[in-house]
Amino acid sequence: MDVAENALAATGVEIRAAGDEVAGVRPRLVALPGSAEEIAAVMRACAAHDLAAVATGGRTKLHWGARPERCDVLVDLSRMNRVLEHTAGDLVVRAQAGVTLEALADALAGENQELALDVPVPGTTVGGLLATGIAGPRRFRYGTARDLLIGVTVVLADGTIARSGGKVVKNVAGYDLGKLFTGSYGTLGIIADATFRLHPLPAARAWVTATVERPVTETDGTWTNEDGLTFETLTTDLAASLAAAVPAVTESQLEPSAVEIDWPDVKGPCTVAVLVEGAAAAERAKALCGLMGELMGETAEVTEEPPPWWGRLPEPPGRAAEPPGAKPAAPHAGQILLEVRNASSRLAETFLGFLQAAQVTGFRAVLRGSLAAQVLHIALPPDTEPALVAGFTSQLRAGLGEQARVVVLAAPPEAARRLDRWGRVGALSLMRRVKERFDPGRRLSPGRFVGGI
Amino acid sequence: MPELERLTERLAAVLPPDAVITDPVRLRTYECDGLTHHRATPGVVVLPGTAEQVAAVVRLCGEHGVPFVARGSGTGLSGGALPRTDGVLIVTSRMRRIVEIDIPNRRAVVEPGVTNLAITEAVRDRGYYYAPDPSSQQVCSIGGNVAENSGGAHCLKYGFTVNHVLAAEIVTPDGEIVELSADDPGYDLLGAFIGSEGTLGIATRITVRLSRAPEAVTTLLAAFTGIEAGGRAVSAIIAAGVVPAAIEMMDALAIEAAEAAVHCRYPAGAGAVLVVELDGPRAEVEHQFAAVERLCRDNGAFEIRVAASAEERAAIWKGRKSAFAAVGRISPAYIVQDGVVPRTALPRVLAGIDRLQEEYGIRVANVFHAGDGNLHPLVLFDDSVPGEPERAEAVSGRILDLCVEHGGSITGEHGVGVDKARYMPRMFTEDDLDTMQLVRCAFDPRGLANPGKVFPTPRLCGEAPGVRRGAHPLVEAGLAEQF
Repeated sequence: MDVAENALAATGVEIRAAGDEVAGVRPRLVALPGSAEEIAAVMRACAAHDLAAVATGGRTKLHWGARPERCDVLVDLSRMNRVLEHTAGDLVVRAQAGVTLEALADALAGENQELALDVPVPGTTVGGLLATGIAGPRRFRYGTARDLLIGVTVVLADGTIARSGGKVVKNVAGYDLGKLFTGSYGTLGIIADATFRLHPLPAARAWVTATVERPVTETDGTWTNEDGLTFETLTTDLAASLAAAVPAVTESQLEPSAVEIDWPDVKGPCTVAVLVEGAAAAERAKALCGLMGELMGETAEVTEEPPPWWGRLPEPPGRAAEPPGAKPAAPHAGQILLEVRNASSRLAETFLGFLQAAQVTGFRAVLRGSLAAQVLHIALPPDTEPALVAGFTSQLRAGLGEQARVVVLAAPPEAARRLDRWGRVGALSLMRRVKERFDPGRRLSPGRFVGGI
Repeated sequence: MPELERLTERLAAVLPPDAVITDPVRLRTYECDGLTHHRATPGVVVLPGTAEQVAAVVRLCGEHGVPFVARGSGTGLSGGALPRTDGVLIVTSRMRRIVEIDIPNRRAVVEPGVTNLAITEAVRDRGYYYAPDPSSQQVCSIGGNVAENSGGAHCLKYGFTVNHVLAAEIVTPDGEIVELSADDPGYDLLGAFIGSEGTLGIATRITVRLSRAPEAVTTLLAAFTGIEAGGRAVSAIIAAGVVPAAIEMMDALAIEAAEAAVHCRYPAGAGAVLVVELDGPRAEVEHQFAAVERLCRDNGAFEIRVAASAEERAAIWKGRKSAFAAVGRISPAYIVQDGVVPRTALPRVLAGIDRLQEEYGIRVANVFHAGDGNLHPLVLFDDSVPGEPERAEAVSGRILDLCVEHGGSITGEHGVGVDKARYMPRMFTEDDLDTMQLVRCAFDPRGLANPGKVFPTPRLCGEAPGVRRGAHPLVEAGLAEQF
C-alpha cells in the first residue's frame, strides 16, 4: 500500500480495490462511507494526498458525462441507504444519498405518498438523481428534482459538511445550494443526504394512448406507404398533426401530468401517451381520448396501466426493453444517448431535424420523451461508428437551430472524442468561477462537466 | 465620500440626464422599502432604462469600489432594498416593458420593473396567468420577486418564483450581461440567483412560465371556535391527500382587526377562520370540495360559506388579504413576522406563542399559510409606552427561535435582508454560511452587490477558513471595507 492508500485506510472507512470505470477511467480504490462524517474523512484524506474523487450511488450512470481528467477514488454511497426522516403529516422526507428511488417509493407508499419524480434509469439513487438532474414524464406537472428538493447536506472537497435549505417546503433563508448541486455531476461536492417535498399518491391514474401506424415498405431503397407517400412525407404529416394535438391536450384544462412520445423505429409506428392523475382521472382521460382521436386521426384508448415504455429512456434497436419489474440491467459503457430541448412551438422542426440527422446513421435511431415539456431523448445503437455519432450530433444541432439544446449524455470514448458533448453553454465563465471557489484543487470529478469543469 | 462623488460625476456619461437623482429631498423618498423602520438615504439614485445602462452603472461602481443596491417597487418586508448612504441605488422602475408574450410556449419575457399582476393581466383573456401571487402583487415588481424568490398564498400547490422563472438576463457584479437559462447545460446558476436578494447581481430581463387557468375554482370559508380545531381540520385535509391551491388561517385577534378595517363579516363568534381554495379540472375540484367540507365539519366547523361567484370569492379573501394593514386599527404599531414550521409542529408553536404573549404582556395576532406552516404573527405594541417596542422586538425574535427549534425557517417568503441577517447563525452553522459565501465570492469577489444583506459579517473572499467571525481586523483598523 502506498501513502495515499494508507491515509484512506486510516479514516476507518471501508476501502476496496476498484472495479467499475468512470467514463473510461479506472479509479484505484473504492471508498464506502456510511455517513456524512465518513465522506468528510475520505475527502480530507483525498485533499491531503491530492487524490481525485468521483461519487457514485447505484453505478447506473458512471459512463455518463465526459471522461474525468483523473480519478483515484470512487466514493460509493451505496451503504448510505437509510430514509432518515419521513413525517407524513408534513409531506416531507429526508433520505441518504444512497437510497434508491425504488426503495424510497416503497417507504413512502406506506403513507400513501410519493416523491413526484419519475426514474428513467432503474436503480438510480437520490444522489445520482440530483447529480445528473434526470427527470421523466411528469416533469411537465411537478418539475424536476430541483423543484422538489427543499434541503441538502453536501461534503466539499476539503471535507467541510454544509447544509442548505431545511425540512420545510417554504423557506427563503440563505442561498439555495441544492439548486446549484442539482445537475452538477459531482463537480462541486458530494451529496450526503437530501430532503424533498412529497405529494399524496394520486387517487387514480389513467393513460390515454394513440398510435400512428404509418406502414411503409421498401422498394429500390425508397420507403413508401400504399399510397406512394414516402416516410419523410408521412413524418412531416405526423409532425403537423402532433403540433396541433399536443397544445390542445396541454391547454385543455383537464390537467394532464405528462404527454410522452415513443418512436422506436424512424420508419415505423409512433405512439403518444398522456397521463392523467387525481380525482376523476378516468373521466378526464375519456375527454382527452376524444380530443386526441379527433386531432390525430387515430383511435385513442384509455388504460389504467402505462404503456411498457413509459418513463424509461429509449433503448436502441436490437436491445430488448426490460420486462416490468426486472432487475435493472447493468450500465453499459456502449450507451449512446442524447437529450434534446426545443421550444414547444417548434415541435414540427424538431421532428424533421431528427429525421434528417437519422439519415446519417441509416435511420437507426430511437426517440422517446416528453412532448409537453419538450425534453426528448434519442438513443443510437451501441455499434454506431464513432464518426457517425459525431455526424448525427452535429446534423441534429444544425437542423434544430440556435435555440435548441442538444447534449450528449452518454457516448463511448471513441465517439465522445469526436464531438462537442454539451453544445453551447451560456454563462460558462461564471460556472468556472463557481467551480474554482468550491473545488480549487480540481479533485472532484475533474473534467467531467461542461467546459472541462 | 469622494469616491461616490467622482462616480456620480461619471454617471451622466452613461445615463440620460433625468436618470440620475442627487437632490437630497428626492433621495429621501428612497430611504426605505416595505420594512420602514430601517432607513438610510442613498448616496445617489439612478433610473436606468436598459440592461446596458444597468451594466454601465455597475461597472462604474466596480471601478470606484462603491457598493450598489437594486430596488424594484420597494415593497420588500426584510429591508433587502435598504440603500447605502455611501452607495448607488439602482431603481428598475423605468424598465417596465412586457417584451414578449409567447402563448404557444407558455412564457412571457418581461423587464424587471413590470409588476407581478401586470403579467397576469396581459395574458388573462387568453386563459393564462402567472402563478406566484405575493400579497403585494398589484405593485411589487417581478425583478423584486426574483430577488426574493417570492411566494404567495397559492404557492402551496404551485410553488414559488423559482419554479416559474425559466431564464433571466442578469448584470453580474462585474458589470457583464449574462443569460442564465434553466434549459442550458451546466450549473443551475438561475436557481442559485433567484432568492439571492440582490447579492449576486441584478436581473434585467426575465422569462416567466405562464400557467393555464384552472377550469374551476372553489373557495370556502370555515369558522371554528378556536385555532386548535382549525388546525385539526388542516391536518385532516392534508392527510386525505388533498392539495388545495391555498389554506389560510386567521385567529380571533386577526379576525377582529380585519372586521374593524374592512368589515369582512366573517361569522360571529369565530375563534379561527380557515380559507380553503381548490382549483383544477371541475370534476376533480368537485370531488375534493366534498371531502374538504366534510373534514371541516368533522373537526368542528360551525359555519361554512362557499363562494358562488368571483365577487363572493373576493369577499372571503378580503379579510385575509387586508389582515396585515388591518391590525393598524387595533394597535398603534406592529411587527409583521415571517417564520415557518413543519405543519405538524403548528399546535406546539402556537402554544409557545401564547406563552410568549403572557410572559411579555404583548399581544400577537396570528395570520398564516396553514398548508405549508408559514406563520405571519403580527406582534402588536404601543410605541408611546416606554419599553413596549423592545418587548415586542423580543417577542418577535423569540418566535423565530421557536420556529428554528421546531425544525423550521426564519423566513418563508419575506427574505433575510438586513432584518434577519443576525438570525442566520441560529439556523445555519458557520460552515453552512461559509459554503454559501463561496457562491457569493464567485459572483461578487469584491462584495459590492447589496452588501450587509442576508449574511452576518461574512469573511472577505479569499480569507482562509477558520478565522474568527465578527469584525474583521482590517475593518476595525479602517483599512478595508467588509461586506
